[in-house]
Amino acid sequence: MHKFLIHKGGDHVGVATSDIGVGEKVVGVYMDDDSTVEVESLGDVPLGHKIAVEGREAGDDVTEYGARIGRATEGFRRGAYVHTHNLESARW
Amino acid sequence: MELYGFRRENGRVGVRNHVIILPVDDISNAACEAVASHIKGTMALPHSYGRLQYGEDLDLHFRTMIGTGSNANVAAVVVIGIEENWTGKVADGIAETGKPVAAFSIEGHGDLETVRRASWKAREFVQWASELRREPVALEDLTVSIKCGESDTTTGLASCPTVGVAVDRLVEAGATVFFGETSELTGGEHLVAERMATPELKEEFQRVYDDYVGLIETQSEDLFGSQPTQGNIAGGLSTIEEKALGNIEKTGTKPVIGVLKPAEAPQNGPGLYFMDSSSAAAEHVTLMGAGGAVLHMFPTGQGNVVGNPIVPVIKVSGNPNTVRTMGEHIDVDVGGLLGREITLPEAGDLMMEYLGRTANGRLTSAEALGHREFSMTKLYRSA
Repeated sequence: MHKFLIHKGGDHVGVATSDIGVGEKVVGVYMDDDSTVEVESLGDVPLGHKIAVEGREAGDDVTEYGARIGRATEGFRRGAYVHTHNLESARW
Repeated sequence: MELYGFRRENGRVGVRNHVIILPVDDISNAACEAVASHIKGTMALPHSYGRLQYGEDLDLHFRTMIGTGSNANVAAVVVIGIEENWTGKVADGIAETGKPVAAFSIEGHGDLETVRRASWKAREFVQWASELRREPVALEDLTVSIKCGESDTTTGLASCPTVGVAVDRLVEAGATVFFGETSELTGGEHLVAERMATPELKEEFQRVYDDYVGLIETQSEDLFGSQPTQGNIAGGLSTIEEKALGNIEKTGTKPVIGVLKPAEAPQNGPGLYFMDSSSAAAEHVTLMGAGGAVLHMFPTGQGNVVGNPIVPVIKVSGNPNTVRTMGEHIDVDVGGLLGREITLPEAGDLMMEYLGRTANGRLTSAEALGHREFSMTKLYRSA
């Protein structure tokens, strides 16, 4: 059973559809082609919050829905919890 | 599903049969509420503005007043204002629909005499309206608006895509649909611009968007905590771009055939329209109702509770926590999309079924709970 969903292939983050615990190995499903990916979570990710399927460096664009949702304010690794502590708007 | 609605004098179709007591200005609220309290089955729409406004802001005030009274969910209107001139202007605008309207001004009479005379008229209107009957109507007769609120990432995964499916089906059936939330498109505004049906509309949309966001940027450098809201952030949304991309999912895939001013009625026939509007829920639904929407589909993640006095607001949520803790506010539960227990077309079927039942008279959760938020949009300070 998957624990997170990814909108599009190439997205850097997926969204938890159940609470995910630190150290948990979880399966994500890509909504555009039904393929799956397994990630070991580096943090507690509550339902609705984001988990990285790809690492980013500080200043890199972060993609979801196949589009930029902001910039990484610090580097994070695959499996990291991604939210306002490491991601900010590139617009305002 | 067979649909039954109220066909009004001008051919427009409503799904409710309200007799409203409409104040032109804030100081006429008391008289309107007194009339509505005397005459059962009528409803006052109190609000905060209508004095010393000017220019574009005053135009919007009149457009919202006249549009609300003209909405096909309204059978008849009693208009009460402090001064005769503006009161008559609102009543005359509504009367163009052919529906019964009566105007009363307070100056020179006082509240008690105005309430007495207006109550006689309200009694006549509500007894007349109570004999109007629903008749068979079609999806193409409906104007539907959409806006999400207290969004989170589940709205982008579940409730917004569900509404997007319904919007596509409505447009294919010949209905009219409004979306808006100008500033909340930020980060995905290029995607909306690309869906404008003509280069002129694309240019107009970009101008409207730039104007709105330009104003925001002159007032504040940092909207974090306001847009996205604290609730958005608690629900997992990190940036305005992420919120916008989820938001836009609910607009479906059809071309956009018109760019409307706030509270403006559509002129280009059936199809999907963008309306320049605030993203604040009550203001937004009020503007869309004034533009002619008779039903509203409202995806929510963290649980927005908004309603409107004349437009049934249907709440759709895919967040299992919200459905559990705030179930009395949620009409359509599409949480099955998160676990992939249902498909998106199946969620669209659920939405369309509930839309039809609501059109046929089933009260929404917001109606049953008494949510009647009527919020005028104000563009700038009064004189």
